[in-house]
Amino acid sequence: MSVLVYVENQDGKFRNAAFEALSFGNAIATSLGTGMIACSIGKVSDEELKCAGKYGASVILSASPELINPQVCSGILSKAAVSEKATVVIVPASFFGKAVAPRVAVKLKAAYGDNVVELPQMSSGFIVKKGAYSGKAFEYVELLSEVKVISLVPNSFKMVEKPVEIVIKTVDATVSDPEKALKVIDTVRNTNKVSLPDAEIVVSAGRGLKGPENWGMIEELASVLGAATACSKPVSDAGWRPHSEHVGQTGIAISPNLYIAIGISGAIQHLAGVSNSKVIVVINKDPEAPFFKAADYGIVGDAFEVVPKLIEAAKKFKAAGN
Amino acid sequence: MKILVCISNVPDTTAKINFSPDNKNFISSGVTFILNPYDEIALSKALDIATASAGTVTVIHVGDASTEPTIRKALAIGAHDAVRVNADPRDALFVASQIAACVKSDSYDLILCGRESSDHNSSSVPVMLAELLGLPCVLFAKSLTLEGNTAKMDNEIAGGKEVVSCTLPLVVCASEGMAEWKIPNMRGIMSARTKPLRVVDAVEVPVLSLITGYDKPAARSTVKLIPADAAGELFDTLRAEKKII
Ligand SMILES: Cc1cc2nc3c(=O)[nH]c(=O)nc-3n(C[C@H](O)[C@H](O)[C@H](O)COP(=O)(O)OP(=O)(O)OC[C@H]3O[C@@H](n4cnc5c(N)ncnc54)[C@H](O)[C@@H]3O)c2cc1C
Ligand SMILES: Nc1ncnc2c1ncn2[C@@H]1O[C@H](COP(=O)(O)O)[C@@H](O)[C@H]1O
Repeated sequence: MSVLVYVENQDGKFRNAAFEALSFGNAIATSLGTGMIACSIGKVSDEELKCAGKYGASVILSASPELINPQVCSGILSKAAVSEKATVVIVPASFFGKAVAPRVAVKLKAAYGDNVVELPQMSSGFIVKKGAYSGKAFEYVELLSEVKVISLVPNSFKMVEKPVEIVIKTVDATVSDPEKALKVIDTVRNTNKVSLPDAEIVVSAGRGLKGPENWGMIEELASVLGAATACSKPVSDAGWRPHSEHVGQTGIAISPNLYIAIGISGAIQHLAGVSNSKVIVVINKDPEAPFFKAADYGIVGDAFEVVPKLIEAAKKFKAAGN
Repeated sequence: MKILVCISNVPDTTAKINFSPDNKNFISSGVTFILNPYDEIALSKALDIATASAGTVTVIHVGDASTEPTIRKALAIGAHDAVRVNADPRDALFVASQIAACVKSDSYDLILCGRESSDHNSSSVPVMLAELLGLPCVLFAKSLTLEGNTAKMDNEIAGGKEVVSCTLPLVVCASEGMAEWKIPNMRGIMSARTKPLRVVDAVEVPVLSLITGYDKPAARSTVKLIPADAAGELFDTLRAEKKII
């Protein structure tokens, strides 16, 4: 028996979501009294591979296929799960992980617990908790098969260091012809920007900002705080901001530690995607804005006066070594 | 070009979600159900492609007879015909297996889904479907263009996008931006009543998971207001009271 964790990398570096998955996996392995094995796919240096040992993996399997797509990765992971006799396979619920994990479940004839937000209940059965109804509820799902596949929502489980000696094992990764149909031609990353689903702090703005020309202060506040930027749906519909920034029921659902909403009214569809944020701060000039009912902290005021003050304060806060 | 669009029937986006007192069951009474917003984008794109290629669009839904208004809505928007697998869509593997069975008996060049349903939010039906059919799947497609037998898509990834190309057949899931929502016109609504809607029985699928209950997010305590002229204190307050920054 073992717990197998997919450690996803981006350009050869493991992402926080991977270390969270390892920390989560390690807690499950400890409860089950088994060991934890990591699996990395893609070109990653030995030094980086060893980082998985910091979070409790005693073995890391490393595969470098000629081409990477969800079909290829799910093939490698399910083979690893079989050879390592894994009973729990954990994949970060990142964009890529979500395209991989359900395939692994089908290949292994395993139950799939998607978008899990906390440790499973394992006292009787194996029950996971996941987000449902676009942030309005949680669903508890019992996974009945012997082997279980879980995807873990980024930012929902804290990284816990537990250094152990780690062994690197290279595994075979031949790609079959049918797996070659899907090719990535180009990758475009928004440079210097924090990715929205992984972000610990998100600064978001809505129609209250009046127009795209006013986003400079939103970007500045985000950059001082090391935050990602987001927006409400009408803002992306109007083309003021890209669709990839739109959060809510029909956009991205996020669960950062801090969500700062500026000039957003707090419509139910918007709240659906952001209500799992740990702390919500709302800035709106209308004291009756519904968002204040869903906020931890509120500032009633004009964004064009309040945000510059926040930028100054954030700079001071950071300069003071915070 | 034969296109299949998988549609789900979900609570209206403004619906209040309620459960039975023991938190075991979702209470559907009083809730209006709609076509999942992402599936509507997928349908819209499918219709554009079909119009350009003299193709057909079939919609498929796994659900009981109460979901027929949603299927008729898809027909009113412009789908040519519909299939309903008559069963409770109990989990993603079950739904994907039903659709896979239909696709095996009636093949399609392109299968479109939404990136996630707004009730289960799992993004797993399309991926499982693709796996069962041995097809590639692009899960977060923000755009889709076809050139002959090759599809080109912008797929969302952490902190950006990737441009991917793939030969048909494949499964593509619609994100915001892929197409504009279409509003059904009077002719569409009238003709939807008579368009073919085939009801088929479900195939058997092993039960691997079971929903055991629900829960709601903990209510937030009442908002703490910070005066606008003291806005600068926000970060020190967050540090002192919440330790999140
Ligand atoms: C099917 C469906 C799905 C939807 N999905 C989503 C979704 O995923 N995400 C989403 O966000 N919305 C979604 N919506 C839209 C949603 O209903 C709201 O229309 C939207 O969230 C409102 O955006 P907003 O708050 O930016 O704009 P508004 O509602 O116009 O609010 C602007 C706010 O800014 C405040 N304001 C104005 N000027 C200032 C100023 N100078 N300083 C400070 N505050 C100011 C105003 O008081 C107001 O509260 C959806 C709607 C539907 C029907
Ligand atoms: N009951 C269903 N019948 C047909 N298609 C479905 C059903 N449920 C989900 N889908 C499709 O799968 C997508 C993702 O749903 P989900 O995996 O539930 O997040 C939806 O956007 C639909 O395209």
